[in-house]
Amino acid sequence: MTTKVAFRNIGMTFGSMRVLDDINLDVRDGEFVCLLGPSGCGKSTLLNIVGGFIAPMEGEVTIDGEHVSGPDPRRIFVFQERGVFPWLTVEQNIGFGLFRQAEAEKRARIAHYIQLVGLRGFEQSYPRELSGGMKQRLEVARALAVNPDVLYLDEPFGALDSITRLQMRRELLRIWQAEKKTILFVTHDIDESVQLADRVVVLSARPGRVQRIVDIDMPHPRDLSDARYLQLRDEIFGEIGLAHQV
Amino acid sequence: MNEERRTQNEELRKGAKSLRTFSEFFILRSAFCVLVLLLWHVAVVLTGATIFPSPVAVAKGLTDLPNLASYIRDSLFRVAAGYSIAVLLGVPVGLALGWWSWLARAANPLIQMLRPISPLAWMPLAVIWFGVSNVAPIFLIFLASFFPIVVATMNGVRNVPQVYVQAGRNFGLSTRALIAQVVFPAVLPRIVVGLRIAFGVAWIVLVAAEMIAVDSGLGYMIIDARNAGKRYDLVVGGMLTIGVIGLILDALIRRTETLRAVRWAFRE
Repeated sequence: MTTKVAFRNIGMTFGSMRVLDDINLDVRDGEFVCLLGPSGCGKSTLLNIVGGFIAPMEGEVTIDGEHVSGPDPRRIFVFQERGVFPWLTVEQNIGFGLFRQAEAEKRARIAHYIQLVGLRGFEQSYPRELSGGMKQRLEVARALAVNPDVLYLDEPFGALDSITRLQMRRELLRIWQAEKKTILFVTHDIDESVQLADRVVVLSARPGRVQRIVDIDMPHPRDLSDARYLQLRDEIFGEIGLAHQV
Repeated sequence: MNEERRTQNEELRKGAKSLRTFSEFFILRSAFCVLVLLLWHVAVVLTGATIFPSPVAVAKGLTDLPNLASYIRDSLFRVAAGYSIAVLLGVPVGLALGWWSWLARAANPLIQMLRPISPLAWMPLAVIWFGVSNVAPIFLIFLASFFPIVVATMNGVRNVPQVYVQAGRNFGLSTRALIAQVVFPAVLPRIVVGLRIAFGVAWIVLVAAEMIAVDSGLGYMIIDARNAGKRYDLVVGGMLTIGVIGLILDALIRRTETLRAVRWAFRE
């Protein structure tokens, strides 16, 4: 597979604080990569850099060999569910990025993505009438509707309860397999990363460096009690310096 | 799905609850009004007050006044004109100041200096510039409502969550589209609150302005009733008319908070 997103020697300093140091990473086309690290390791900063919201102080990010200089509708950033527009209905939110499309095409895409994320019957609802999980699915639908090549997800399920979070992971994997997007997913949840990713990029504590890249060589759906799953999880726990005993 | 059904049920329950509280409040409020009027009447009769009128005298004075309707019309026209100009100028100015922080930094000292000056302090200048005409009170009402609207809009823009602006940029919106489609709808609830506060100030200033700059309107009615024959029934009647109209207009403005475009930001 070809390289989609390439990080080259990314470095970032805020004031006197070194946040990211010499990050190098190639993300392949259609790959699901989790950026995993402790709080404050700069993983969200890294995602904001690749998203074009922050310019890196050192190095550069290229996508399809093209220098990233700002946000671009071909790559959509998904925030925690806070990112949906509360003044728009479900339908209007999904249609938000479709102002370049003809009306018929817009209608068709809205209908398709409402179906895909399971929000049928809520077309005219406002976000405040939806649960957290539904809002999160709405934001994913809004992102997918503009047909981006890449999705950036910044701890998207962090604010959800643990049951909804598991359901959302399954949903996201289903959507990823159906739509064949490249996904960069930031999380501090080790289980989440092993459940979702093709590769887990473990970042060190500040300043964030690529400490290790772990291949999750398990097909989906993954059995969470499988020996291989537990082994990979333990490996990453060890990598971060945690024994998983409470 | 369970979570979805729960959301719907909550909506239904909230609807039933607000209906019940509305009728309860209506009865409670009417009863309180009647009680106050009664107490007022009894107090006037018992004390044998000659200057302060009873509610009956006030009602009689008002119904006998031939100019009342035209005074109300003149006052409403002035406040509508001054307030509308303030909204049409204040909202765009506030959006610009909120969006371009260098502009706010440049203009803020001037705004903060002008803001605490009572609009009534402009009265002598207004009379010199515009004479005894409708323009003087309209100008004062414009001044009174312009600054609250600008400040509410400006602060609203500054408080728009950054994720909305980032999302808008991510979908490729130009700055103009971003302001029109993201920033403006996001601050609209705060603008609506600002408009309501501004209207309250405008209504207060109107009455004061009419006492000096013109010879019609509710403010003029009060000052004229006192000067022309110590008609305190009309003084109190004018006050009550101003209060009741203010209440009605405030309720109407409050209705805007239930419009689809801003309802998302308000609890019922």
